[in-house]
Amino acid sequence: MDLAFTKEEIAFREEVREFFKNNVPPEIRRKLQEGRHLSKDEMVTWWRILNKKGWGVTHWPKEYGGTGWTTVQHYIFNEELQSYPAPQPLAFGVSMVGPVIYTFGNEKQKKEYLPRIANVDDWWCQGFSEPGSGSDLASLKTTAERKGDKWIINGQKTWTTLAQHADMIFCLCRTDKNAKKQMGISFIVFSMKSKGVTVRPIQTIDGGHEVNEVFFDDVEVPYENLIGEENKGWDYAKFLLGNERTGIARVGVSKERLRRIRALASKVESGGRPVIEDPAFREKLTACEIELKALELTQLRVVADEGKHGKGKPNPASSVLKIKGSEIQQTTTELLMEIIGPFAAPYDEHGDAGSNESMDWTAQIAPSYFNNRKVSIYGGSNEIQRNIISKAVLGL
Amino acid sequence: MDFDLSEEQRLLKESVDGLLADAYDFDARKKYMKEKGGWSKALWDKLAEQGLLGLPFAETDGGFGAGAVETMIVMEALGKALVVEPYLATVVVAGGFLRHGGSAEQKAKYIPGIIDGSKTFGFAQLEKNSRYDLFDVVTTAKKKGDGWVIDGEKFVVLNGENADTLVVTARTKGGQRDKAGIGVFLVPSDAKGVTRKGYPTQDGLHAADITFTNVEVGADAAIGDPENGLPLIERVADEARIALCAEAVGAMDESLKETVEYIKTRKQFGVAIGSFQSLQHRAADMFVALEQARSMSMFATMASDFTDAKERSSAVAAAKVQVGKSLKFVGQQSIQLHGGIGMTMEAKIGHYFKRLTMIENTLGDTDYHLRRVSEGGGLLA
Repeated sequence: MDLAFTKEEIAFREEVREFFKNNVPPEIRRKLQEGRHLSKDEMVTWWRILNKKGWGVTHWPKEYGGTGWTTVQHYIFNEELQSYPAPQPLAFGVSMVGPVIYTFGNEKQKKEYLPRIANVDDWWCQGFSEPGSGSDLASLKTTAERKGDKWIINGQKTWTTLAQHADMIFCLCRTDKNAKKQMGISFIVFSMKSKGVTVRPIQTIDGGHEVNEVFFDDVEVPYENLIGEENKGWDYAKFLLGNERTGIARVGVSKERLRRIRALASKVESGGRPVIEDPAFREKLTACEIELKALELTQLRVVADEGKHGKGKPNPASSVLKIKGSEIQQTTTELLMEIIGPFAAPYDEHGDAGSNESMDWTAQIAPSYFNNRKVSIYGGSNEIQRNIISKAVLGL
Repeated sequence: MDFDLSEEQRLLKESVDGLLADAYDFDARKKYMKEKGGWSKALWDKLAEQGLLGLPFAETDGGFGAGAVETMIVMEALGKALVVEPYLATVVVAGGFLRHGGSAEQKAKYIPGIIDGSKTFGFAQLEKNSRYDLFDVVTTAKKKGDGWVIDGEKFVVLNGENADTLVVTARTKGGQRDKAGIGVFLVPSDAKGVTRKGYPTQDGLHAADITFTNVEVGADAAIGDPENGLPLIERVADEARIALCAEAVGAMDESLKETVEYIKTRKQFGVAIGSFQSLQHRAADMFVALEQARSMSMFATMASDFTDAKERSSAVAAAKVQVGKSLKFVGQQSIQLHGGIGMTMEAKIGHYFKRLTMIENTLGDTDYHLRRVSEGGGLLA
């Protein structure tokens, strides 16, 4: 047992830090630190910088542009990226549909889609959830009917993150109504510019526009846009969701936020002294730091285990990551709320624009607190995670 | 970075787990607790035979030169089996003082008796008003000729009634809460002026309140610098806390296993109660608490070799916070999920709960250590 990084790993971390320091546009970093949303252009610009460096799709197989890093190197890269902070690669393309395509897609699909995902020539979004199908995803109703060499797609998806920017969607559609619910689903990809696709924004409680409803009305899609086999879509969806086990803890994000909390709490005064000198506040902050340290170690255990024994058999500790990771993220936003206290109140309807220099640093704290309630809901709610632990780990 | 045990460590784990599986089921434990002093000398001899009592000592002192990971392995196993024998007091604490502060003569005099199982120790540190502050010492050690005279009262000294030798913290100068002027002394338990009042503890161990009245010891009784012993005391206390974290992880691990097994078999309303989601989610939360504690136990184990004492203490305190929170949750919920049977002395589960509860209050509880980390500037700094 040795929890220290090797000399090579430390050198690698330095290389990554140095690259971020020299290449992340300062304006992007500042916006992330302040919890602001980035414009599409800002994100794409950064991802192309990463891709040019060869770090756009780090965990993909080498033949498709991956790095061949060890699991520890991937961990270090993600940690440094999150805690710098710099925008993470667009998950829908890089972590979700990309691996499905290179694992289950045909040669033509790999050639056509993979390079465009890596360079974000196409912005992808995810068509999974539906109004009646949240945690019970397999009950989804959107249909794809085969007509000659085409699919005709009808139905509705929801919670589609950043669909307003998207060029492409990967979609779970019911292709066999008579099969058992998990069996009759196919994984189909198509252009968001297709006739019959309508995107309607959903405004979330923070006032932001991250998610959307997407309607399909007789959308015609070439048959060859089916990934893998017909009616095997559920298997691909499970593969996709199981792929990103460790990133979900977002330890680096919370680390960065805790650093910010310490800095702000040293500046803001309450009761004639900086907030950080209030023992009650400081102990809450410290308790959160300890929880995060424990989570970081738990994550490292999972990472080291995967490096040694492969991804086949997940380490039982991996199911802890989502639950604790989301709870800690939420706690950090609560601590920020405590620091600003009554100054959380002003609501800036255009807060999202992020270009208004007159807005001070408090502007995004309350929205970020409201917005972060999502992290224990998405990606399999924490209640679903507890179901997974009790069944898969404890055998209940 | 590697969390796996080495081949040798794996073998150690197998052998200690195997020994306790054979010799330390719940009925055997009850039997041992009824023996003289409340623990089994025969079992202690078995631990000695397998080399477990000599693990951390240098090979030149007759030991195996094992490190913190090996102690973690043993303590976890002891926690799983709810072992009542005085491993912590003798091997970890007294052994720690001798290893880190003992002179060549002291090592030669005391370590062989620990390794062969013939001698046990007690750590006389807690005082009426000291609570968890190791530097809060009223007991005095006054110079007399070449030697020392010790006067004072110590409480809840684990294994204090049975110990052959007591390791005593005493003030050589300064006031009650001065950090300088504290020494550590080896005092034979049968020395003139030592009065011991022994009693069982809540978790089935034994302890004693001990009065020292004009107890005379030689110059060779002092371990390390008698006027500046606090850094040594803090180091050994940290090692004891690390060991307690590992013991707690072992006890929580077993506690969760027993609980899951119970709710799989206990039937109400015609079904196993483990089929109810409210109980499943509770068990899942217990698993989360256990794994977070396990991670911090590993972190603390690694920290025992940190050269910077402040960094070490902060890491160990953080681990004690996490383990303290986790053990309270796992311990309490284990009883809750067992229902009525969990309330009985006959069921093993309550004994885990009691041991876990006492671990929280040994060498600093959760709030105490949280305050320490907080006042030290947090954990990220």
